[in-house]
Amino acid sequence: MIETLVSPLQYDYMLKAILVSGLIGGVCAFLSCFITLKGWSLMGDALAHSVVPGVAIAYALGLPFAVGAFGTGLLAAVGMAFVKVKTRLREDAVIGIVFTAFFAFGLFLISLNPSSVNLRTIVFGNILGISDPDVWQMIIISGLTLAVLAIKWRDLLLFCFDTNQARAMGLNVTALHYTLLTLLSATAVAALQTVGACLVVAMLVTPGATAYLLTDRFGRMIGIASSMGVATSLVGAYASYFFDGSTGGCIVTLQTLVFLAVFVFAPKHGVLAARSKRRLAAEGAS
Amino acid sequence: MIASTTPIELSVDNVTVSYRNGHVALRDTTFQLKGGSICALVGVNGSGKSTLFKAIMGFVKPARGKVLIDGLEVRTALKKNRVAYVPQTEEVDWSFPVSVWDVVMMGRYAYMGLMRIPRAEDRKIAEESLTRVGMWEFRERQIGELSGGQKKRVFLARALAQRTRVILLDEPFTGVDVKTELTIIELLRSLRAEGHLMLVSTHNLGSVPEFCDQVVLINRTVLAAGATEDVFTQENLVKAFGGVLRHFHFDKSTVQKHDGKAVTLLTDDERPLVFGKGGHLEYSRREGKEAVVEERAEEEDDR
Repeated sequence: MIETLVSPLQYDYMLKAILVSGLIGGVCAFLSCFITLKGWSLMGDALAHSVVPGVAIAYALGLPFAVGAFGTGLLAAVGMAFVKVKTRLREDAVIGIVFTAFFAFGLFLISLNPSSVNLRTIVFGNILGISDPDVWQMIIISGLTLAVLAIKWRDLLLFCFDTNQARAMGLNVTALHYTLLTLLSATAVAALQTVGACLVVAMLVTPGATAYLLTDRFGRMIGIASSMGVATSLVGAYASYFFDGSTGGCIVTLQTLVFLAVFVFAPKHGVLAARSKRRLAAEGAS
Repeated sequence: MIASTTPIELSVDNVTVSYRNGHVALRDTTFQLKGGSICALVGVNGSGKSTLFKAIMGFVKPARGKVLIDGLEVRTALKKNRVAYVPQTEEVDWSFPVSVWDVVMMGRYAYMGLMRIPRAEDRKIAEESLTRVGMWEFRERQIGELSGGQKKRVFLARALAQRTRVILLDEPFTGVDVKTELTIIELLRSLRAEGHLMLVSTHNLGSVPEFCDQVVLINRTVLAAGATEDVFTQENLVKAFGGVLRHFHFDKSTVQKHDGKAVTLLTDDERPLVFGKGGHLEYSRREGKEAVVEERAEEEDDR
């Protein structure tokens, strides 16, 4: 029994996959608190898809894939901001147009040169096949992201909560905006390898959304989200060995199950709590 | 707090603001205010009140003219933490996971270092600010768990914690009970005595003469500015509100002699609701209500 349970840990590639997933899951979850509060979930999805052409270009040129991905991710963000300012279109339409354009271009590039990079890897992730240089890229991205968040989380919190106040106090709101956007691109790139472009947004939203239902304090929200991100990623990657299934799929399904449980049973903001609160109010009124 | 010898000055000099779509929100707006004053900014919806606030806080850049705070350009003045802003209740995300204490602490950011770690002095000032608005006991609450008046007071405390000498308040009395309104007015008066300058945007005309010593009447430009008793005249208000201001002419209404001075007038900032003697409903125009008038007159004769 125990032998079966530890068997995945005997493989180097499994151990590596589990640990890297845990790290990226934690970093994404930390950032997800800001993303959900700022209302940038759609933006996260958009950036995750916009990095695809960058990956294709980077592979074709022999660059580290994070460099290319990060480049097109930011280019997409700037493109969205530009189109939004120049038209009367609503933001969701602008995001929809720009990110699908980038994603389509990425698919096209990959189809031109199918041998250099595997489409499946980009769209669905392939943490089991991660190379050592890629592991280092993940570690560097995660480290930098955590460092920036550790130093600037209070400013980012105010930026999410009350942009006007931040500006009125002389904080550089534009810089904060781009800091958050850059962190979002960076973590999207990191998560790409683990869960793939399609599921990155789950890593960047679900933990924050779950924690938001459990607490009214930002500090605790970060704690809950990060632990959930790390735990679900570790367990998901580990469990995928037994199912012999997609690692990204396992992690995100696990996160969704946790979210659903919280959605129903959260002590204050859950469905059941809301129902009993309503019943109490009705009884009190009668 | 150390009162500076020279009172702070806010000068709006010939400011014109136009938006990208060509809409001119403010034209040639000019007025000056000095510290130790509460000034009402009065005008109809869309008269440019919020645009003027935005210009004073540097959120919009005037196409012409400039705003000077203590002789400094807005951008510099904000960096030196000269202006605080109390937002409208609707502008705040009340489900945001922050406590009353967190919000007031955010008012101290400008005094903190790179990582915004509060020092003992920041905590002391935050405590003082919360105590002053009577919200110290609520410091642990999440901001959504407060009543309308308490919410206002938290953001007032944040402005106090900023220790600025200019405070802008955007519709501070909307959604606030009468008791809180009085508390806020009392607080503004004591801040005035300390030399602060408060600019209060409001459409609550009745309260203006109560606590404002200065008034700026605007409608896309300054219609009148100065001391309340000079500016708050019927003529000026008609100019500012035009046909929008609600009238109730007693001589044209269903109110009759028998109602005497026993009329009850209920009003928010909309159309007044008038009850005559004995509590019956009165109509603002007599035409079409002849039957009502007659019936009431007969009832009155019978007594």
